[in-house]
Amino acid sequence: MTQHQALRLHVPEPSGRPGCATDFSYLHVSPAGAVRRPETDTTAADTNDLAYGLIRVLDEQGQAVGPWVPDLDAMRLRKGLRAMMKTRIFDGRMLIAQRQKKLSFYMQSLGEEAIGTAHSFALEPGDMCFPTYRQQSLLLARDDIPMWEMMCQLMSNERDPMRGRQLPVMYSYKRAGFFSISGNLATQYIQAVGWGMASAIKGDTKIASAWIGDGATAEADFHTALTFAHVYRAPVILNVVNNQWAISTFQAIAGGEQTTFAARGVGCGIASLRVDGNDFLAVYAASRWAAERARGNLGPTLIEWVTYRGGPHSTSDDPSKYRPADDWQRFPLGDPIARLKQHLIAIGEWSEAQHEQAQKELEAEVAAAQKEAESYGTLLDGHIPSPAAMFEDVYKDMPEHLRRQRQELGV
Amino acid sequence: MLTKVKPETASRAEMKTVPMSMIQALRSAMDVMMERDDNVVVFGQDVGYFGGVFRVTEGLQAKYGKSRCFDAPISEGGIVGAAVGMGAYGLRPVVEIQFADYFYPASDQIVSEAARLRYRSAGDFTAPMTIRMPCGGGIYGGQTHSQSPEALFTHVCGIRTVMPSNPYDAKGLLIASIENDDPVIFLEPKRLYNGPFDGHHDRPVVPWSKHELGNVPEGYYQVPLESAAVFRPGKDLTVITYGTMVWVSECAARETGLDAEIIDLRSLWPLDLDTIVNSVKKTGRCVVVHEATRTSGFGAELVSLVQENCFYHLEAPIERVAGWDTPYPHAQEWAYFPGPERVGAAMKRVMEG
Repeated sequence: MTQHQALRLHVPEPSGRPGCATDFSYLHVSPAGAVRRPETDTTAADTNDLAYGLIRVLDEQGQAVGPWVPDLDAMRLRKGLRAMMKTRIFDGRMLIAQRQKKLSFYMQSLGEEAIGTAHSFALEPGDMCFPTYRQQSLLLARDDIPMWEMMCQLMSNERDPMRGRQLPVMYSYKRAGFFSISGNLATQYIQAVGWGMASAIKGDTKIASAWIGDGATAEADFHTALTFAHVYRAPVILNVVNNQWAISTFQAIAGGEQTTFAARGVGCGIASLRVDGNDFLAVYAASRWAAERARGNLGPTLIEWVTYRGGPHSTSDDPSKYRPADDWQRFPLGDPIARLKQHLIAIGEWSEAQHEQAQKELEAEVAAAQKEAESYGTLLDGHIPSPAAMFEDVYKDMPEHLRRQRQELGV
Repeated sequence: MLTKVKPETASRAEMKTVPMSMIQALRSAMDVMMERDDNVVVFGQDVGYFGGVFRVTEGLQAKYGKSRCFDAPISEGGIVGAAVGMGAYGLRPVVEIQFADYFYPASDQIVSEAARLRYRSAGDFTAPMTIRMPCGGGIYGGQTHSQSPEALFTHVCGIRTVMPSNPYDAKGLLIASIENDDPVIFLEPKRLYNGPFDGHHDRPVVPWSKHELGNVPEGYYQVPLESAAVFRPGKDLTVITYGTMVWVSECAARETGLDAEIIDLRSLWPLDLDTIVNSVKKTGRCVVVHEATRTSGFGAELVSLVQENCFYHLEAPIERVAGWDTPYPHAQEWAYFPGPERVGAAMKRVMEG
């Protein structure tokens, strides 16, 4: 009888744990400028090497190099830098406000600011993003969404545009091309594909941009979205933000071990890129490439943004329990704000003094917005939307049974 | 029999009608709406070129083109998820889930997304859509082609659940559903597609073409949602039911000789409570009938509503007739199906109580 060895279950482990530094060699980082840039009408199979490589523009000295250097003037770069700084300051203040119980919960985007900011610059008015809860930079990069209003949502106060129904961070801004955040992971991915299909059905020119984290790519909706996007050649950008961690589970538990999330796209017949998500210029260039494909009826593009979740998953999480405390400082792709700042200084378009000045201005701007938001109430002081609002918008017109239940509550 | 008392039937005589099966009536509803509104699109498994496994969408792709009526991958979650995105864009998708038994992979998109988008975004985004799905047994479909999952939908706030019992209602309700701004689950009792099945599986079914309710107007009309029909007026007892069981209950009334008032709910939730309450207060006796499994079935909600609203008018305990609490069996289908005998026995018990 043939002797077989006993089978073993493989449960992936990160290379670092608290007290043991992470070995980041698993990331397979390409040097800046090393990855080629194909024409936008390329095939999925032709992007295979791009799905395993890493598109980068900024080198260690802060110079923009290689075929992916985008056409972005210094003014736009400075705008991008300020938007990223604003996002980080906004997050910082809201974390403190959460500790003060002015909001129940918060999710920061520390370390991931370049992705939403540069991507937002690459889209056009009318395009629709279907974000997750860590894409506030998509909104904060815009000039048309007041910060105080976003804060009213966070504080669930009387001016909360969501009327107190949603957890903080679950914004909805149709006018800014920002779809209502669900909280149920991955659902928005296939919805974005449907939205893009609708745009194509109507002969419109708008495109959709879908967002998901590395962890949620394990959900069926991710795979369904890839199938539908490919089948109908939907005008959609399929973004995967690989920040290495889904709460406490390392990206290998979502299936990132010895492969990439971008590679998922190639298998589905979708042109796919793996990009340095902490490189503002690379994010903009790849986003433009994908948007051009979508707008040219060339179909979807999947982009894996390699980044690192600098902070806890949420205010309810303590990452010191499961990963090394200095992981982010040691992350090979660095800090997106520091890298763009370095680039702007290197090309003579920014200085330490200007940076300090901008930091002060933005802190004051965010503080003023918070003051205004708090003047409309916080969760702590009880100036919350009326309980009567609870019964509205369940249906377009309130059915009889809800009318009766509202009466029963006496509101 | 078949006295309709609801106002929408008043104009029926004035409209040109043609004989239609329920399949043809449903197809006509989609045809009318695709003609009237460019934003109505139809998709699902096998619905495009082939026209659906029950032929409900036959001819729509040829008439309206591949971008208005098309085949979808075998992914219920994908079909409904894409429809949410299309609804958010501004379309009015009408999607088909091939059998109600297959909707489960779409649960998250129905329950957490379509149903709640208006609420969670405070009206910033909405997802109007109609999700059609053939339901119910009686075709030897076994456990995967026979289920009646309506209670799983009526439990979800933010969606509407509708089930017609005849071609006339099917077309009018489907048009009303497509035009409604809320997501609608549209359950089609597949045993009624070709004729009014009364539960006597050993007898041939009279085709809809020989039936008054198979005379369907060719053009546009609505049967309003949240409006029940008094399918058969009566004095002895009230039967509250919907779908195939309307016909089974009517047969049971005939065979027992009891003068039952049969309420066809048509819209399960939100529902027309007044029609139920008025009837039970009049008769003082009530039987609730559905094909779905009994425990936590929609009948439990109906019994509660009657108890809460009509307790002091009741002369007897309310009776419930439903499918057994088992998966839908294949060979034992007719032992499972709550046919006219079981309904009739409950009617008699409620008269004795």
